Amino acid sequence: MSGYDRAITMFSPDGHLFQVEYAQEAVKKGSTAVGVRGNNVVVLGVEKKAVAKLQEDRTVRKICQLDDHVLMAFAGLTADARVLIKQARVECQSHKLTVEDPVTLEYITRYVASLKQRYTQSNGRRPFGISCLITGFDNDKTPRLYQTDPSGTYHEWKANAIGRNAKTVREFLEKNYTPENVATEEQTVKLAIKALLEVVQSGGKNLEVAIMREDSKLSMLEVSEIEKVVAVVEKEKEEEAATKKKESKSEAK
Amino acid sequence: MECLVGMQCNDFVMVAADMTAARSILVKKSDHKKYLKLSDKLLMAVTGESGDTNQFSEYVAKNIMLYKMRNGYELSPAAAASFTRRNLAGYLRSRTPYHVNLLVAGYDDESGKPELYYMDYLASMAKLPYASHGYGGSFTTSILDRHFRPDMTRAQAYALMIECVKEVQKRLIINLPNFSVTVIDKEGIVDMEPITQAVIANQATA
Repeated sequence: MSGYDRAITMFSPDGHLFQVEYAQEAVKKGSTAVGVRGNNVVVLGVEKKAVAKLQEDRTVRKICQLDDHVLMAFAGLTADARVLIKQARVECQSHKLTVEDPVTLEYITRYVASLKQRYTQSNGRRPFGISCLITGFDNDKTPRLYQTDPSGTYHEWKANAIGRNAKTVREFLEKNYTPENVATEEQTVKLAIKALLEVVQSGGKNLEVAIMREDSKLSMLEVSEIEKVVAVVEKEKEEEAATKKKESKSEAK
Repeated sequence: MECLVGMQCNDFVMVAADMTAARSILVKKSDHKKYLKLSDKLLMAVTGESGDTNQFSEYVAKNIMLYKMRNGYELSPAAAASFTRRNLAGYLRSRTPYHVNLLVAGYDDESGKPELYYMDYLASMAKLPYASHGYGGSFTTSILDRHFRPDMTRAQAYALMIECVKEVQKRLIINLPNFSVTVIDKEGIVDMEPITQAVIANQATA
C-alpha cells in the first residue's frame, strides 16, 4: 500500500483514496456526537472531553450555531471544524443577502460537503478530518438532520452518531428509534441522552445537549437538567435489569 | 425630497421616515418602508440613491448578523454605527460610492441607554439627541430645537413627531402624506401607527 497513501490526488490500484480513509480514522478518534430528529424538535448531544484542571470549561464548544435555524456538531479535528464553520456562517448570510431566504438544511449541508470534496481533489491540501451533524428546521418548519464525512458525501438521517464508538450508538438508535419515541421534545431529548450514555461515562457533567425547536429557538440544556434525565434513564435501566433477573429466576425454576 | 427624523429620549429612540417612493413626477408607492431592522435592537433608516439604499442597508444588516453568529453576541449600536460608517468611507473614494443618508438607532443593553447616530453620504457621523435628513429636515430641526425634551414619554414624543410632520407638510413643496414611526427600547423594535392624514385629523380633534 505504500506509495499510494501519500498524495491525496492519487488513487490506489484497488480504487481507494487512502488520505480520505485516513481522515475518516481521525474522525473515529474524536469524541462522540449524536443527533436525533424528533417530531417538532431536533436534538444534538456531544460527549464533553474531560478538561484539564486549569482549563476554562466554556472554551470547548462542540455544538455551534451556523444561523438562527441551523445547528452543527462535529467529531474530529477541532481546528478543521473552525475553518468550515467560519465559511458556512458566511455562506448562510450571503445566501440570505442574495435570495432573501434563509438557507435550507440541504443547501448548507451540500455547501459544506462540496467544500470538503474540493479538498479531496486538489494537491497540496489534505482533506478535512471531521464529520459533521448538521441539523435544524427548513423554512416550512420541517426538522432535518444531515451527516457529512471527510470524503464530501452527505446523507439525511433520522438519527445518527459520529466519532468514537459511533457504531455502538448507532446500533442503539436503530433498535430504539421509533416515531412514537420522538413524538415529544422530552422523549427526543431522553432518547439522545440515553444513546450517548451507552458510550459515555455517566454524569451530566460529561454531556452537552442542545435543542432546537420549530420556532428556531435554541436552548442548551443546563447540567442540572441533563442530570435529571440521566437519573431517569439510569432508574429505568435498573428496573429493566431487575425485571429481567426476576424473569430468568422464575424461568429457571 | 425624502425626510428622516429621529429623536433619542431617556429610555427609547423614535425614528420617523416618510413613506413616499417617487420617480421623477410619478409617485410609485406611498406606503414604502425606508428602514431596515439590523438586529433585535438596531434599526437603520435610509434615504438616497434608489438601489444604493437597499444594497447598502441589506449588506450592513447581513454583516451584523454574521458578527452575531461568529461571536455569539450582537454588536453594540456604537460598534454597528462605526462599522457602517467605515464601510461608507471605504467606498467613498472608489469608483462606486454609495449615495445614502442614514439614521442608525439602537438600544445598548450594556449601558442601558438608547442611541441615535446621524450619518451622511460623505461618511460623516454624529451621535445626536435628535437628527434629521432631507429638505424636510431643515424644518423639523427647528421644531425639535424648540420643543424636544429628553424626558418625554412615548406618547409625547409621538405628538412631537406629528408636529414635525405637520410642519414639513405645510412648508415643503413636495407632498409627503405618510410617515412611518418606529420605536426602539429595551424590549426591542416596535412599529407605531404611521402618521397619515387621518391620524393628523384625529389629533386635531382630540
